[in-house]
Amino acid sequence: MSSASVRSLQSWAYRYKRTWRGSAVSSVLQPVLFLAAMGLGLGSLVNRGHSRSLGGVSYLVFLAPALLAAAAMQTAAMEAAWPVMAAVKWLKTYDAMLATPLRVRDILAGHLTWIGVRILMVCTVFFVVMAAFGAIKSPEAVFLIPVGLLTGLAFAAPIAGYAVTLERDSGLTALFRFGVMPMFLFSGTFFPVSQLPVGLRPVAYITPLWHGVDLCRHLALGEASFLGSIAHVAYLLAWFVGGCLIANATYRRRLVQ
Amino acid sequence: MVAEGNGGALIHARGLTKRFGSFTAVDAVDFDVQRGESFGFLGPNGAGKSSTMRMIGCVSPFDDGVLRILAMDPATDGPTIRGRLGVVPQEDTLDVELTVRENLLIYGRYFDLPRSVVRERADRLLEFVQLDHRANDRVEPLSGGLKRRLTIARALISEPELLLLDEPTTGLDPQARHAVWDRLYRLKQQGVTQVLTTHYMDEAEQLCDRLVVMDNGKIVAEGTPRDLITRYSTREVLEVRLPAAETTAAVTRFDGAADRVEVLPDRVLLYAHDGEAALSAVHALGVKPDFALVRRSTLEDVFLHLTGRSLTD
Ligand SMILES: Nc1ncnc2c1ncn2[C@@H]1O[C@H](COP(=O)(O)OP(=O)(O)OP(=O)(O)O)[C@@H](O)[C@H]1O
Ligand SMILES: [Mg+2]
Repeated sequence: MSSASVRSLQSWAYRYKRTWRGSAVSSVLQPVLFLAAMGLGLGSLVNRGHSRSLGGVSYLVFLAPALLAAAAMQTAAMEAAWPVMAAVKWLKTYDAMLATPLRVRDILAGHLTWIGVRILMVCTVFFVVMAAFGAIKSPEAVFLIPVGLLTGLAFAAPIAGYAVTLERDSGLTALFRFGVMPMFLFSGTFFPVSQLPVGLRPVAYITPLWHGVDLCRHLALGEASFLGSIAHVAYLLAWFVGGCLIANATYRRRLVQ
Repeated sequence: MVAEGNGGALIHARGLTKRFGSFTAVDAVDFDVQRGESFGFLGPNGAGKSSTMRMIGCVSPFDDGVLRILAMDPATDGPTIRGRLGVVPQEDTLDVELTVRENLLIYGRYFDLPRSVVRERADRLLEFVQLDHRANDRVEPLSGGLKRRLTIARALISEPELLLLDEPTTGLDPQARHAVWDRLYRLKQQGVTQVLTTHYMDEAEQLCDRLVVMDNGKIVAEGTPRDLITRYSTREVLEVRLPAAETTAAVTRFDGAADRVEVLPDRVLLYAHDGEAALSAVHALGVKPDFALVRRSTLEDVFLHLTGRSLTD
């Protein structure tokens, strides 16, 4: 990363200082509420049934690592959607940056890195909450944090590349309604993809979220295979790198006129 | 590479052209800006002023011609050039969520200035634009005039050699305008080269040593404000308002009373060296204007002559 992108990264951190309290509270509250309600509450019903399709673990243990990956995705999507549109259109933050020695790619790299920092914060807090709920069963689980980061970035880059092209935010609402939300619900987070109708399973398997979820779950249970993990990481990396290339092109087209 | 024959100009443009699709926003303009001068682009909405400023600011690539800024090529040295410019864009791009001072601190960091330097300059600049008492207030609720002054302070954080101001006072009330003019005048005294756009004639006359008049992407005249007035207008102007029925016939009727006559929807302008004499001539023709005023010629008159339109339409 160039020193120029680090400088633009600092400016995001500066803005965050104004809102960090609210954001810190919600990044603690979110996992606590979800793990309590779904993991423990709903889980007590699930555990009474046939938990064999969950791999013989409690629903809380099944759910928690997947939710970490999903939280990474949601953070990435939130941070890459409206803030990018605001920076290009409403607040003109990018225009202000462009008038300085920063280049388009510094601006993109700085913003994505900042989103990465936010994902890292959320994943770290999530991990701690998970531990407090006793949902961590293996030392390999520490990899949940970097894998969460990668899962988030696999979304952040293409979403930023998309958001920068928009004139109105209805495109973002649609993205959440038809992309982020269905993925959250059906990419193996709450129940195994094997429970989906056969025809829909491939759809779940191509979503980056499923790869993040599956890898996190295996890591948390201490059951991750080396090759399987590499494949998941490679798939997520491909989304991230591809997203960066697309975003670099769309940023350039929008900002250099 | 330094373009030949530009005599060390800070900005050197020849045949500079900007197209948006098939539309030509800036059409082969030539100009040079020398160190220490205040240079203006005067023109109505859509003339191509901002497009030109954005090319000079190295944020918008040009399609044709030659452009050298500080003897460098914007296409290859954009970041280096931008590091030596200060830019006040037409639309404020302040961080409205942050405080006045934070805006300067963040912006200074984009220029890779050490924090201590940025802090020291921020305090000095806030004093310079008389915003020191608002340093820790959020930007959002500030008036347009204060925001504009903050934008100017922000543009100065890198101590630029060249300051680009796109309509620095549009939308400000007279008092706020004068406050901005005063600061720009001081900067000029300190040797900061300024390039500004405006559609205010009085602003161009106040601030510019030299200016070009732009219309439809082309430069239609160039010179000092005085030059342009002498060349394209007369010393004085007589403005009269006539009963509606008489207005259309005025051009031919007043032919002998003035050097040139312009008929506007609401008034008739008679260009003459001696406005009072022109008024006597009008009276001698037996015309009783509803209203008559003799004033000095301004750039507005120059623009009217050059384009046949009034700037403020
Ligand atoms: N990004 C763009 N895409 C398409 N057309 C553009 C773009 N930017 C400017 N134009 C057009 O180019 C012409 C010149 O615009 P410009 O903003 O340079 O004018 P201006 O002299 O600054 O006007 P104003 O006084 O309104 O600021 C206008 O017709 C404008 O619509
Ligand atoms: Mg403009």
